Amino acid sequence: MTALRICALEAIPPLGARVVRTPDGDIAVFRTATDQVFALRDRCPHKGGPLSQGIVHGAKVTCPLHNWVIDLASGEATGADHGCTHAFAVRVLDGIVWLEIGAAADAPEGAERAAVARSVQAGTG
Amino acid sequence: MKAMDQRPRLVVVGNGMAGMRTVEELLKLKPDMYAITVFGAEPWGNYNRILLSPVLAGEKTVDEIMLNGDAWYAEHDIRLHKGRRVTRVDRRQRLVVAEDGTTAPYDRLLLATGSEPVMLPLPGHELPGVIAFRDLHDVETMLQSSRSDKNAVVIGGGLLGLEAANGLMQQGMQVTVVHLADSLMERQLDAEAGGLLQRSLQARGLDFRLGCQTEAILGEDRVRAVRFDTGEEIPADLVVMAVGIRPNTRLARDIGLRCERGILVDDTLQTFDPAIYAVGECVQHRGQCYGLVAPLWEQARVCANHLAEYGIGRYPGSITSTKLKVTGIDVFSAGDLSHAADTEELVFKDAARGVYKRLLLKDNRIQGAVLYGDTRDGAWYFQLMRDQIPVEDLREHLLFGQSQLGDAGHGDEKARVAALPDRAEICGCNGVCKGTIVAAIGAKKLLSLDDVRAHTKASSSCGSCTGLVEALLAATLGGDYSQTPAQRPICACTEHTHDAVRAAIPAQGLKNMAAVFQALGWHTPNGCHICRPALNYYLLAAWPGEYVDDAQSRFINERAHGNIQKDGTYSVVPRMWGGVTTPGELRAIAEVAEKYRVPTVKVTGGQRIDLLGVQKEDLPAMWRDLGAAGFVSGHAYGKALRTVKTCVGSEWCRFGTQDSTGLGIRLEKMTWGSWTPHKFKIGVSGCPRNCAEATIKDLGVVCVDSGYEIHVGGNGGVKVRVTDFLCKVTTEDEVLEMTGAYMQLYREEARYLERTAPWIERVGLAHVQQSIVEDAAGRARLYQRFLASQRVAQIDPWAERAAGAAAEEFTPLQPEAGAWIKAVPA
Repeated sequence: MTALRICALEAIPPLGARVVRTPDGDIAVFRTATDQVFALRDRCPHKGGPLSQGIVHGAKVTCPLHNWVIDLASGEATGADHGCTHAFAVRVLDGIVWLEIGAAADAPEGAERAAVARSVQAGTG
Repeated sequence: MKAMDQRPRLVVVGNGMAGMRTVEELLKLKPDMYAITVFGAEPWGNYNRILLSPVLAGEKTVDEIMLNGDAWYAEHDIRLHKGRRVTRVDRRQRLVVAEDGTTAPYDRLLLATGSEPVMLPLPGHELPGVIAFRDLHDVETMLQSSRSDKNAVVIGGGLLGLEAANGLMQQGMQVTVVHLADSLMERQLDAEAGGLLQRSLQARGLDFRLGCQTEAILGEDRVRAVRFDTGEEIPADLVVMAVGIRPNTRLARDIGLRCERGILVDDTLQTFDPAIYAVGECVQHRGQCYGLVAPLWEQARVCANHLAEYGIGRYPGSITSTKLKVTGIDVFSAGDLSHAADTEELVFKDAARGVYKRLLLKDNRIQGAVLYGDTRDGAWYFQLMRDQIPVEDLREHLLFGQSQLGDAGHGDEKARVAALPDRAEICGCNGVCKGTIVAAIGAKKLLSLDDVRAHTKASSSCGSCTGLVEALLAATLGGDYSQTPAQRPICACTEHTHDAVRAAIPAQGLKNMAAVFQALGWHTPNGCHICRPALNYYLLAAWPGEYVDDAQSRFINERAHGNIQKDGTYSVVPRMWGGVTTPGELRAIAEVAEKYRVPTVKVTGGQRIDLLGVQKEDLPAMWRDLGAAGFVSGHAYGKALRTVKTCVGSEWCRFGTQDSTGLGIRLEKMTWGSWTPHKFKIGVSGCPRNCAEATIKDLGVVCVDSGYEIHVGGNGGVKVRVTDFLCKVTTEDEVLEMTGAYMQLYREEARYLERTAPWIERVGLAHVQQSIVEDAAGRARLYQRFLASQRVAQIDPWAERAAGAAAEEFTPLQPEAGAWIKAVPA
């Protein structure tokens, strides 16, 4: 399992989010009031709104474009809405947020993670 | 129940609508607080008793009226004893005993025993074939009888009796309705409407015997006939007694609870035994017993709140309305119909069309309403009555209905919805038609506005169709739809209304959001996207200079100080005071637009220039460049003072009477930066030609030769509303003072996200005039408060951010390739 160092936990405001730029698209990293951290592809399953810009409440975020409420852990729309955005594994160790980009997981997810990993390396390395 | 369950125990006696509604409300508040046991005398799950009439008439099936099936009880870990009548409660031991010996100990007991039909003690009333109309069992008996028998007699010409008679007739029986009074539904209808109803039911084939007393029910092993006091006999294979209901207080009396007609409860639905609560048709509250569904839902909400130990909320009693559920006949009745010396009557009658309307007014407010034949305006009259809205301005058109008020009215359009075809678009934002909403209400058993919003998206965007959706709910569900209370809770996180929360903030000295959540018992740890922005506003308004604005509780536009666009970019609108600019400013804007490759430059409706399609991380630098040219934020993104739109006025215009441009600039310099419940727009026109469109602004000034007319509450958006004339003043300084006082009143009184137009319609223009025109001292105080809060509000957010504030908001994270580790420690 490899992981990408994102930032210090303090760099994300509680009940807020930061955007991680990758050449393959943005990833939103959220921090809840209880310092749980989640990462989602920064696109609402509804019309592609940037979830990183939404209001975080509990372990959910409300998309700023049309108020879909997305579960931070699964990336699934809640309530009567249906749709899902990709959830990335993320972990906090000693106050540092790491985005896990493993080779494991099922094929499409694995492929996506690998692609992110490649592009991040290529993009700035 | 789990063996080791240590939770307090709640036992509910009565598996009907009131009891289960209370349990549902309780589960919403504190899902795990109690171990819950429910006893029901009927062998069914929980069903919607209101809809028994449509089942009898063959318009609905039994399955369609079931509310909670066995699965629901299992899912919520509720132990359900179906078909077990509770016979005893040991209040000292706190133990409930059912007739089969089942026992259940309780810490809190909820009695929801409902009501029972009144059976007249006539000779023969115990014969087989004599029944009431109360439960599914009665309906089954009636349906069975209708298959083999011919003649039915219904005793009672009230709501229930007529619904039963209609249902039996639909099933092919010959039905006679016997009624003691001289006109039908005399409790709800006057003689005129009762007569119309009678003729219409006669035309459908019902027989009536009015002013007629039943003396005996005849038959040997089964009912055969009914005899009246005149000696006349008519054949009857089935007799339905529908002469009324009485609260079922048997158990309560047996165990020594204080009862009169019903079980006595206080405003918290508590009985005289503090461990025992009671709700629904079995209770008597402030002398009233209710037999309709809406009050019972209101009671359930309050009772659940106290069971959950939040201890907030009182039940003040209900104002009720009734609708006859006989398809094709529209009858509506609400309020007090007794005509006294101090009441006035408005009557509309068109016998040929079968339309009759009667309104009773007292002190210019509706006190009662009877509608026959055309009930489309029932919901509207009911709302006017419940909210006690003065109707003198509407009086001329009142009887002709809300649709006759014309398009200028900003209020909702409940009257029109019934007449709309299924393909009519109700929600223009999300493209939802009437048919879709009605189908979803039926298929998904939606009961509230929030349900409809979640499942259909109707009314979930701009909200302008909310009234229509509510009217659809009312029309589709009939009496089943508990009228949305005049005030809804802010959101699902709380049961408190905007007004209650707003009042609690200064009253309880709540100075931050955590304190509000704690003191008012929020159900969620940190609210949601609906309540947090509202609370942030209320706190900001209550404690100016003291409360620290919470960026994470603001919608992104107010956090990023730009308007988010569909692709995630932002728009930038620099402030141009009064809509006046200079070649130098325009040059600066042009340079900024080129430097940051702004894809679209657009002139707005508020006389500003909009730079669209800006990347978020470019915003601070752009603001720095604009700031260097003298620009500040235009707040085009905020629930705040937006723009002051002006015409050129006396400086140039040959018709201009005053310097509207100069005045507009003064107004904008005074009001910019202020946060308001919703956006706030001002217009200043130099003469009554009104080129600045001041009469569709939140506040509009129309200059005349002798001074300045001030107009308020206009709206050019969702629903066009022309302003109301507030007052006329003679100097610019007075305009400034009126404007400041008016804005402050709006800030202090309106609910979050309530524009001035609906606010004024809600509180009345007279209130606004009293507060700021007639009361000079009050006006001065409001104005001072406005100026005081402006001292801390007029800080340019763009300049702060250009200088580095809130940098993380605008800076994406760029992970570096070197920042990799392999094998994260577990």
